[in-house]
Order: sequence, then C-alpha cells, then structure tokens
Amino acid sequence: MLRYAARRLLFSIPTLLVISFIVFALLDLAPNDPTAQLPLTIPPETRQTIRESLGLGQPFHVRYFRWLTQFMAHEPLNLAERMWGVEIGNSAGRLRVRSWSTRAPVVDLIAARLPQTLTVVGVSYLVAVLIAVPVGVFSAYRQYSVFDHIGTFVTTVGFSVPTFFTGTVLIVVFSVTLGWLPSIYDTTHRVTDFGSFVYQVRQMVMPVMVLGLFNAAQLSRFTRSAVLDNLNQEYVRTARAKGLTEPVVILVHVLRNSLIPVVTVIALGLPSTFAGAIITEQIFRINGVGQLLIGAIESADIPTVQTVTFIFAVLIVVFNLLADLLYGVLDPRIRYD
Amino acid sequence: MPLKPRLFILTLVAVMSLASAALGERGTDGQLKMLYWQAPSILNPFLSGGTKDIHAASLVLEPLARYDEHGTMVPALAAEIPTVENGGVSADLLSVTWRLRDDVEWSDGSPFTAADVAFTAAYCMDPEGACSAASRFQDVTAVEAVDSHTVRITFQVATPFPYVPFVGSVSPVIQEKQFAACTGARAPECTEQNFGPVGTGPFKVQEFRPNDIVLYEMNDRYRDSDQPAFSSVLLKGGGDAVSAARAVLETGEFDYAWNLQVEPEILAAMAAAGRGEVVSAFGSMVERLVVQLTNPDPALGDKRATYQDGANPHPFLSDAAVRRALSMAIDREILVDAGYGPAGRMACSVLPAPAIYASTANDWCMAQDIAGANKLLDDAGWVRGADGIRVKDGVRLSILYQTSTNSVRQGTQALIKQMWREIGVETELKNINASVFFGGDPSSPDTYQKFYADIQMYTSNFDGTDPQNYLQGWICDEIPGPENQWLGQNIPRYCDAAYDDLARSLSKTAGIEERAAMARTMNDRLVGYGALIPLVHRGEVAARTLSLGGVRHNAWDATVWNIQAWHRLK
Repeated sequence: MLRYAARRLLFSIPTLLVISFIVFALLDLAPNDPTAQLPLTIPPETRQTIRESLGLGQPFHVRYFRWLTQFMAHEPLNLAERMWGVEIGNSAGRLRVRSWSTRAPVVDLIAARLPQTLTVVGVSYLVAVLIAVPVGVFSAYRQYSVFDHIGTFVTTVGFSVPTFFTGTVLIVVFSVTLGWLPSIYDTTHRVTDFGSFVYQVRQMVMPVMVLGLFNAAQLSRFTRSAVLDNLNQEYVRTARAKGLTEPVVILVHVLRNSLIPVVTVIALGLPSTFAGAIITEQIFRINGVGQLLIGAIESADIPTVQTVTFIFAVLIVVFNLLADLLYGVLDPRIRYD
Repeated sequence: MPLKPRLFILTLVAVMSLASAALGERGTDGQLKMLYWQAPSILNPFLSGGTKDIHAASLVLEPLARYDEHGTMVPALAAEIPTVENGGVSADLLSVTWRLRDDVEWSDGSPFTAADVAFTAAYCMDPEGACSAASRFQDVTAVEAVDSHTVRITFQVATPFPYVPFVGSVSPVIQEKQFAACTGARAPECTEQNFGPVGTGPFKVQEFRPNDIVLYEMNDRYRDSDQPAFSSVLLKGGGDAVSAARAVLETGEFDYAWNLQVEPEILAAMAAAGRGEVVSAFGSMVERLVVQLTNPDPALGDKRATYQDGANPHPFLSDAAVRRALSMAIDREILVDAGYGPAGRMACSVLPAPAIYASTANDWCMAQDIAGANKLLDDAGWVRGADGIRVKDGVRLSILYQTSTNSVRQGTQALIKQMWREIGVETELKNINASVFFGGDPSSPDTYQKFYADIQMYTSNFDGTDPQNYLQGWICDEIPGPENQWLGQNIPRYCDAAYDDLARSLSKTAGIEERAAMARTMNDRLVGYGALIPLVHRGEVAARTLSLGGVRHNAWDATVWNIQAWHRLK
C-alpha cells in the first residue's frame, strides 16, 4: 500500500508539470488584455506602459519559468516561513505570483477567500451527503414505491435545473416576496453570540440548499443503484435467513458494502468544495474562490487564473489518489501490491 | 475662572444656531451600504485606472478640485480655483499655482502640505511606475512646493485649460509619508499601502478584501466637523447589475447601487415596488458608430485598414452619400427605448455636454428619414439589385458591423440591421468579447483599433469637462497603423487639414467662449462628414433607497463625490 502510494505520488509530478504547462500556455495564447477593462479615456500609450509593467513584453518561456519557480518554490517557502515563523534565505527579495488587477500575491487572495468558500460549499456538500444517502437507501429498499418515484422525480429535476435558475427563484420567493432571508451574503459577518449565529444560518440557507440539492440529486441516484446491486446479493438472503431484523440487514450489511463506491464518488467530488461554486457564489455574492476565478477571467487577470486553475488541478490529482487509497481501505478484497 | 453670564448665553446661542444649520452631527446615521457589482480590486487609483477602483478610492483620497453634478469645478483640497484673473494661472498660460487649504490633516494626524502634492506628481510621472493617470501629466515639466501650502505646476507648452493634473477623482493626492518607499517599479509590491491608502477624505479604510468588500469608517480628522453623517460605509461587490438593482429597489437590503445597465423594462418594474429610485446623470458618453474610411479588405495583406496617405479608400464608405444615408436611416428613438430607457437620449453629436459645447448643427438625425436616405442613394447611382441590395460599379453595399459582446449592443445591432435593410444595405453582424475588442493586443485581428470591419460601435467619452484632448484624437497623426503599433486614437482614419488646424488653434486659445465655438465646429465637421455616426447619449444609472438623502448623482466625477453630505432622511 505504502509503496503504491509512493509510486503514485512520484508519478503525479510529471502529470502536474504537464498540466501546469498546458494551463499556462492556453491562457497565454488566448487573446486577452488586462487593460481592456479600463475606460477609453486612458490613452493607448499609457495602456502600453501598463502592459509592459506587468511583464507582458517578455518572451513566453521566460514568463513560464518565472511563474513556475514563483509558484513551486517561492510560495511553499513563504508558506513554511509563515507557519513556523522562521526566515529561510532572502525572503524579502523573493518574487511572488502577483495578480494583475489587485497587484497582491495571488496565494494571499486565495487564502482570504477559502473560509467563505469552505463554509458555504463545504456545508452544502455535507447537507448533500446527509440528504442523498438516506434517500438513496430508502428508494432502493422500496424500489418502485411512491417514495421512489417522487425521489426519482425530485432528483431528476434537481440535477437538470441549473443553479442560476433555482438560486434566482429562491431569492425572488424568500427575499423579494416574503422577505425572510437576505439575498446577499455578508462576508464581514462574525459569529459571536446566538443572535449572530442565527443570522449566519439565515444567510447560508439559500446558497447551501441550492448547491446541496444539486449535489444530492447526483449522489442519491448513485447510492440507490449501489444499494440495489447489493440487495440482490446472496449474503443479504443469508442474513435474512439467519433471522436478522431488517434494520440490521440494511444498515449493517447492505449499507456498508453499498457505500464503498459512494465514498469514492464523494471523495472525488471534494476538490470542488475548494474550487467553490462559480455560479452560486456569483448569485448570492459569496465572493469565494469561484468568484475570484470568474472575476479574474473577466478582467484578464492571467496570473490569478493560472494559479487558481493549477491549484484545482493539484487538488484533483491528490483527491484521486486519496479515493483510490480509500477504496483499498474500505474493501479488503482490493490489494494494490 | 467663572464664565460671564452674557458671554455664556451668546456662546450658547451661537453653538445652537451652528448645530441647526449643519443639519446634524458627524457619524449619527449609522452604516451606509453600497453595492458595486463590479467590485473594487485595489484602492490605489494610479495602479488601476478602472472606474470602480477610482470610485472606491475617492471616499478616502481627494484631489485639489473636483467637478459637481453640473460639471462646474469646485475646490476640494485647494482653497480656491486658480484663474488668470486671480493670478493663479500665469498670463503666458505656462504655469498654474494652487493655494491649498491650511485646515487639512491626513487621517493619521500628520498635516497635509504641498510636499504631498509634489510627491504625488513624482510618483505618477515615474516612467517605471506605469501610472494609469500618467497622461494627465504629459505636458507637465515640474510640480514644486513653493511653500508649505502652495504648489506650482509648470507646463512645457501654453496650456489654456490647466485643470487636468489633480482635478477629479482620477488624479487625487496620496500621502508622501506612506508611499515614499513605493515609487517606480516598487509601486505594485506595496500591497499594504495600495490596499489601505491614508487620505484626507471623509472616510478611512478599515478593511479591504479585494473584489469583495471595502469597509470604511468615518475619518475623525475630516475638516468639516459635522460630516460625514454616516459612521461607516460598507461597499460590497460581486454579482450582476440586475440583482444589484433588486437589492436596492425590491428587497431594500442596500442603500445605493452603481452602474445599473439593465434593460429599461426590468428596471421600471423593480422601481414600481416603491422602495427606491432610479437616478441617471448624463456626462459626455456617446454610443456611436465609427465608419471605416480605409479599405479593410483582407486581400490587401499588410495594407488592410491602413491609411496610406489617402491611397487606400474604402470601396463604398468613402462615398459621402452612403455615410449620410446610413445615419438618416436610423431611428434613434427606438434604440433608446429598447436598450437604454432612463439611461439614454438621442444623440446627433459626439460632444453632447457640457451644454456650452453641445452643437445642434446635425440635429436632422433626430428623425428617421428612410425616403430621404433612399433618394440620396438613388441619386448617387446606387441601384437596387434583384435581392434588394444596392450595387454600383460592381460594389455591393454590404457592411460588416462589429461591436463588443453585450446584450444591449446586440439588440441595437439587430435593430440597425433591419433599418439599413430598408435602404438596400446588407449587414453582417459580428460581436467580439470586450476584453479582446478593447484590448490592445497588436497580434489580434479583432481589436477596435485594427478595425477590420466596415462599421463598429462602442461608447467613448472624455475625462472632466474639457474636450481638447478628446477632439485631438481625430487629427491625421492619430491614425492607427502598423507604424505606431495601432496605438492611435483616430479610429475612423479621418484626415482633414482644416480639422487639424482647428485642433492646433484650440490648444492655443484660452477664452471659454472661443474654445466652445471651436469645439462645436470640430464636432460638426466630424459628424457632418460622417466619420462618426452618434447614436445615443448615455447616462450613468444608479439606484438609491428612498431614505438616503444628499445624493447628487454626478457623471463628471465619481458618483460618490459628495459622500460626506449623504445622510439618512428621517
């Protein structure tokens, strides 16, 4: 197992290097201009100076290797310095990946946004799992029952209706018409007492439900089919023949075996909680990592787009590995060595 | 020492009358919540140039003078506006001397002096600093502190309108103490300073999260002891224009939202909820068609869409009758109603405001005249073919019409295509992502400077109230081409010796009446020739909740220019 993990880790290094090159090259080749958003009252000569000050005059390979060293060497060193409070080498002279529109280090921007993304998207993922697993199990157990049909209908709708629609409908109903919930997420809100906790819950309800239902739809279908697969297995008949009660049969025997593929799917979906939810964040103005990415794309802030995209790539590679390892832990029949 | 009763009563009366005159005290109205769906990314306007960032910074940083909602200059950090009459502007127009207010302090308690102004000029004029307001200092040779509260700006040429550097929120004054180590190439690395500039304005930055929120608290050292009325301001960003309008007009969660380019019927429906009001202000923005006067035929290779000293004329747009007919065929009223509503008016001039510069010479364009346009084309020898499209000497009136991607612009394109169809002109529509279209990438064929099309549409305007630099954009030397990396501003490739003469004399004329007359003539030449076809005079639209008072919506400066006077209506 350990050898397998080490081999996979080593193999992910060239993968990530290739990804970094593709991400950098694609964004660099795309026609884009960071000064395009400026008012036309700023003359072309000034725009040219601004572009040059952002390093756009230099050749591609110079910029690629600079970005790579900044991201792969300088940023981890900075992180280490901050975590352990030590100084490694010439830390003041170390260049960092800077965003073009804010001129601030991109990694700091991401770090500032992770809390709200993890709160909202993370909780929504948790809600999705909590809804999906029981619904999936029960629909499978009572296959073709009314509950199963309703569940199938709701999940199909949940999966096929886009979040920009459900989000707007919820705002119109609960914020505009009823006035119960805030339509704009207050990122400055601090939870200090019970009242502020209630407000935090109120402002999270809509985005969490929009995202949660969307994810739950997918997961519950998956759980349902996994449980169905197991229900027809012979060990289930054996368990029932032994005289075990139905709850024990379902919750102990069937559920454990059915959850193996489900857990893998959940693990593979986890990077998306870090990546945020571009559309939902935009609708409720949660301004997390997803909004950072879309804002950077709109304003042609290439270093930010490159860095955020590449971090997603790293997370996906890592969680893929974790999912594979988890599979081996949960299912003793699977051996990697 | 006991207070004399009479003096005491007099003082009491004086204090009471002052208090009632000022309508309130500082910081009594709680928090003001503003929504900018384009969120500010940096609070140092010199490193951004984006309008949203300039607005966000203007709560903190102030210029020497600013413009009010009528486009009139009002002193901010200056004690008065220098003129030739009061001796502030030298008789040879080569220098301007600003006297500064002596009761101003930075929010950190240090005094505001002329050295800060001189430092700001040096900061922005540093060639390595890539200052976005650099063009405002282009003819400036020196900015010196004469004494602690007097600044002299010297120009290398006679400058009849010297109110460009340090006027308006685009070019405010930054603190020397804070930015001294941040000049030149180091400017972008000073994140702390760029995110939290120390200013003289009514508010100071408490917390800034780029592209998310700015939290300001009132500046206790602001020079007017009764202002600002709000103790803090939350400026929230993100989302889109429609939901921003909803948050003010329908749910009332926010007090003010800026830049609401939303379809007029949606805005009207939201305003009907009765919680807020839509306000618009008209500056110098004009949505126009730019006519390609050179030949953009791809077969020309390197010579495509270049001027070649007039040797490369457009196959049919070089015909004055065609240009005129295209303008006559457009029903501008429909364009305004469909796409702009309260945010637009019909325009027949590229210089619609301030009023003194507005010309009425081309107001024939206000009424659509399909019959007249058809007759003009018939007389010019353009004959309709079997498919209804006009042809002359084998040249078809077939137009490639491009603009940036934007739902209002695509709507306008579709309407104009239909109108031109009625006069026998065929139109192919194209839209290009704004970051490519307005981006100056010389390797991209789709920039508005390269203009590889016959007609293109966008909005342009000028900073402040003086159109001299704006009008100078259409002289022959400004024609973009490969020799200047396509950086010129004369997009239609219009070249007229008489216009160039007018531009030269405008830069030497001081009297406002004469300047205005010249500017009007220049506008009439441009529009009369048909190099530009004005469509819509665009306003800036914002929404305010009904309980927010003091808003004087301004298109000549940042819309929050007088935020110190905003207050809660009781």
